[in-house]
Amino acid sequence: MSTARLLWAYLGARPLTTLLTVLLVALGVATTTIVTLVTNQAEERLVRDAAGIDLVVGAKGSPLQLVLAGVYHLDVPPGNVPLAALADLRGNRLVAQAIPLSLGDSFRGFRIVGTEPAFLDLHGARLALGERFVAPMQAVIGARVAAETGLAPGSRFVGSHGLAPGGPEHGDDPFTVVGVLAPTGGVIDRLVLTPLESVWLTHEGEPADEDERRMLEADREITLALVRYASPIAAATLPRAINASDRLQAASPAFESARLFRLAGVGLDGLRAFGVLLLATAALSVFVALFQALSDRRRELALMRLLGASPTRLFALLLGEGLVLTAIGIVFGTAIGHAAVEAAGRLLAGHGEWTLTGADFDTIELVYAAGALVLGGLAAAVPAWLAARTPLAGALADE
Amino acid sequence: MTGVQAVARSGVSIDGLRVMRGGRSVLEVTALHVPAGAQGAVVGPSGCGKTTLLAVLAGLLVPEAGRVRVADTDLAEVAARGNAALDRFRARTVGLVPQQPMLFGVLDVLDNLLAARHFAGLPPERDAALALLDRLGLAGLERRRPRELSRGQQQRVALARALVNRPALILADEPTANLDDANAAQALDVLSARAAEAGATLLVATHDARVCARFETVLALPARAAAGVPTRAP
Repeated sequence: MSTARLLWAYLGARPLTTLLTVLLVALGVATTTIVTLVTNQAEERLVRDAAGIDLVVGAKGSPLQLVLAGVYHLDVPPGNVPLAALADLRGNRLVAQAIPLSLGDSFRGFRIVGTEPAFLDLHGARLALGERFVAPMQAVIGARVAAETGLAPGSRFVGSHGLAPGGPEHGDDPFTVVGVLAPTGGVIDRLVLTPLESVWLTHEGEPADEDERRMLEADREITLALVRYASPIAAATLPRAINASDRLQAASPAFESARLFRLAGVGLDGLRAFGVLLLATAALSVFVALFQALSDRRRELALMRLLGASPTRLFALLLGEGLVLTAIGIVFGTAIGHAAVEAAGRLLAGHGEWTLTGADFDTIELVYAAGALVLGGLAAAVPAWLAARTPLAGALADE
Repeated sequence: MTGVQAVARSGVSIDGLRVMRGGRSVLEVTALHVPAGAQGAVVGPSGCGKTTLLAVLAGLLVPEAGRVRVADTDLAEVAARGNAALDRFRARTVGLVPQQPMLFGVLDVLDNLLAARHFAGLPPERDAALALLDRLGLAGLERRRPRELSRGQQQRVALARALVNRPALILADEPTANLDDANAAQALDVLSARAAEAGATLLVATHDARVCARFETVLALPARAAAGVPTRAP
């Protein structure tokens, strides 16, 4: 016999109430856990994909669109800019690196990106098979592209016009796969990378003579450039200078993704508020369960007093019940939350863009757990206080 | 028996007791002296203050006037040390057998006994508790819940619980209420025998004439709460 044993006995004596209360706490904790994990991993993903990119320079339009198109490959780019703009950027002493990207074509929904080998290094991509591209119409494909299309070094494929699948094919200009990248968990996994020249050749057609070749070459464009600053001073001056020009705009991935999160954040906050609401409901359930217990056990509480239990003991017993209920709920809720994110991650692994894992932990979860425990304790405190005030004289049947 | 117990000690000693409720006197006892180990009855009609007297002796109620000693301890002195001291005194010195068995429904029989030791701050002594159940004819029932027992068995569990802390004083409130003659006699036999075996003073509160006949010391409380007068000499 111990207080813990008595506590368990009482919890076990009302399995439905106990289960309901634990379930409510668990749902509240699970919801906040899921929101926390998904938000963290999405943010981390956005930050990782934008690593090493201080500025995206492209055609005038929406800066968010430029970042979504150029860094995350989620939107269509606003337009193209002359190749000369790249040379200008590279000539600027504030620019440490400028990597050009040329977008517009795709293969079975995967974007074909005309770029330079430096793009591979930017994303820390390693080759799993084959080698890097060195000549036009050679392609290095991301891990997901390889997995879904079955392409391997030596395979040939034809790109289609437009970024969505089903566009008209560039029939007579097949690409040859020369390398397959190891999975990075980043955006590069679903890209087809090729030299800039491939994109130009695909779209220009064969020049009739030397004059036409020079004309075509003079008209060459890129879609955008990924810029890394040479010094922190660049952040203050470079975007302003670029945005002052007629044709170019500069967008900061950090700023734009923060803006994106503020937009999406309303929904996330709503979900988080829902979790907190569930926790409040759970606390109410703890209160009701113990208040019910108080009236069910009036005689037994008096008996405890009769047998020598102090008011503090009775307070501790009911408070303990509330805390144990909450703690079990927290353990289950945390487990459910992590399992749900892991399940979603495995489900999405076959389809979408997001990689989610339940094997992730944020210290904020401890804060939520502590908050839930405090809430459970507060909810239990009132019935516990009333239990402590159980009148002694009521222990003996009154005449 | 230790040397101390060989000296004639007082089990219960009351002088000039008065309990008020709502400005009205509900219990007055001029004198009651029961030697340690003796057994006695407190009789009187319903509402005469029997339960109030038990509550005073158990330290559940602090009287307005009078001196109350239980097992040579002045309750006023214990009460002066605070409620915790009174709780502990009650738990260790007084064994209460309430009118209703009043057991913990969620605990089995053995744990009901051990709960009494737990709340008194005493070590479990599981074997002693099992032996006690055995002596009360409850062997093999230690893992049953109270609701699985007969009324008589429940009452014996309540008695076992009153004995488990080896109290100096056992207070029984209407132990024969709702029992037929045969069961009443058996319940009193058990109560009497176990109290004697434990060397405890026994006071039985009752309105039952069958009970009075069995005890030497009887305190008769008149109806309408006046002075209690011992009808027979100890």
